[in-house]
Amino acid sequence: MSRLRAALAPLLLVLVLLGAWELYADLHSTSSFVLPAPHAVASALWDNAGFLAANLAKTAEEVALGLLLALALGFALAMLVHLSGPLRRAVYPLAVGSQAIPIAVIAPLLVFWWGFGVLPKLAVIVLICFFPVLVTTVDALGAIDRDQLKLLRTLDASRWQAFRFAELPAALPAALSGARIALAIGVIGAYIAESQTATSGIHAGLGHEINADLTALQTPRAYAAAVVLFALAIACFYALALAERTLAPWAQRSRGETP
Amino acid sequence: MATELGSRAQPSASAGVRRERNGDGRADELAVDVRNVSRTFSDHRGKQVEALAGVSLRAARGELLAVVGPSGCGKTTLLELICGLQEPQSGSLACDRAVLMPQHDLLLPWLDALDNASLALRIAHVPRPEARARATELFAELGLGGFEHARPHELSGGMRQRVAFVRTLLSGKPLLCLDEPFGALDALTRAEMQDWLVRALAHEQRTVVLVTHDVEEAVLLADRVVVLSPRPGRVVEQLEVGLARPRRRTDSAVVALRERALDALALSRSAAA
Repeated sequence: MSRLRAALAPLLLVLVLLGAWELYADLHSTSSFVLPAPHAVASALWDNAGFLAANLAKTAEEVALGLLLALALGFALAMLVHLSGPLRRAVYPLAVGSQAIPIAVIAPLLVFWWGFGVLPKLAVIVLICFFPVLVTTVDALGAIDRDQLKLLRTLDASRWQAFRFAELPAALPAALSGARIALAIGVIGAYIAESQTATSGIHAGLGHEINADLTALQTPRAYAAAVVLFALAIACFYALALAERTLAPWAQRSRGETP
Repeated sequence: MATELGSRAQPSASAGVRRERNGDGRADELAVDVRNVSRTFSDHRGKQVEALAGVSLRAARGELLAVVGPSGCGKTTLLELICGLQEPQSGSLACDRAVLMPQHDLLLPWLDALDNASLALRIAHVPRPEARARATELFAELGLGGFEHARPHELSGGMRQRVAFVRTLLSGKPLLCLDEPFGALDALTRAEMQDWLVRALAHEQRTVVLVTHDVEEAVLLADRVVVLSPRPGRVVEQLEVGLARPRRRTDSAVVALRERALDALALSRSAAA
């Protein structure tokens, strides 16, 4: 009952937004090339379900693998940066700068190295997504109580043991939070990756598919694909929230419930 | 041996006694021998702050020494010197191997009570089942039975301090440095914890240095009370307590000693002003 009631508010909001969209599209009689009405998008979704699902599988694979790799890379870099002052000074500015690289600049190189498969897409997603993980993890590692480390020293913990017993578990929830931020840009990152690096095969992913449909004036299907991307982002967000609850249940209590 | 990734956590000498780091020799029955130690550090503005000015104090093996003083008199600095977390700038210092119990329990939220209490054993590479078994024994002895699997957030402030104290005991070190262990607790819980500490230490052969700003606590628990002045900390009074335990806070001897310590504190304060 309470779950039902909790689902009511978001459902209502979606219905209101859809209604407003439908009214706007109908009353202004905008061309469906510019803005298809929700019912047109819905029927495009229905008619192309199999086609969209095949492309979703491709994109979801990229997003999931890309996020995992970004999580691993961001976490590993955060450890290095935390443990070594010189590395912090060397790596941090480069990491910040890496976020300003226009993907179009490096896309040809990625394709040259790795061809038309999934690897160049993963590289783009990782490049976009590792940064929030790095920043949140470095901050969490720096926020560990100095007294905690003093205590561990008087318990004769080595640097490695202090890291393993205190710092690593303390940083884990922060890394997962960073991954949730990364996720928000990770899905659009997959779109950028698919737009910038060519793909062989029939189903090249939702991003590729959206661009093709927009060029072919199949706007309702492009919108339908965008709706699927939308759903993918939400699903990934909750999957990460679930992972955080499972891997770091203690972090939930200090922060309150996630949506 | 575990790999050392840096110099921050170098364990102190592994021998039974950490020999004096600078200065002359000392009598062997002393667990703590601090001679004329001064420590100055720069605050966040770079201003030099003198925390301790020529402090000398000793504790015999098995003695419970209380150090009282107003906040900011360098009590924590003194404990960190004794624990080897800081080095003195002048004077000499020779202490047994010491373990710190900070004011806040600092239990790790992802470990249950037993794992928290047996942390020192795990650090010493004792296998987890054995470490937990040894903690379980102490839990039973010290009235913590039934809380073995509780997570820190499920425990009251007093219970958390008890677990933290068991963690301190299981380090196996002969010298326990307690930094305002009950400072964050409410008055009722604090009184209960003081009784508990007396019972817990009754079977232990350890030396304890207890830092507190609560004069009554010092007189109730300690064999000897050292009174420090406001910053920079200097020893202004040493009181032998010499009363049988358990002591009651209303005993006339306890009250008299408490008044003497308070007088010494007031005197040092007006001298500093």
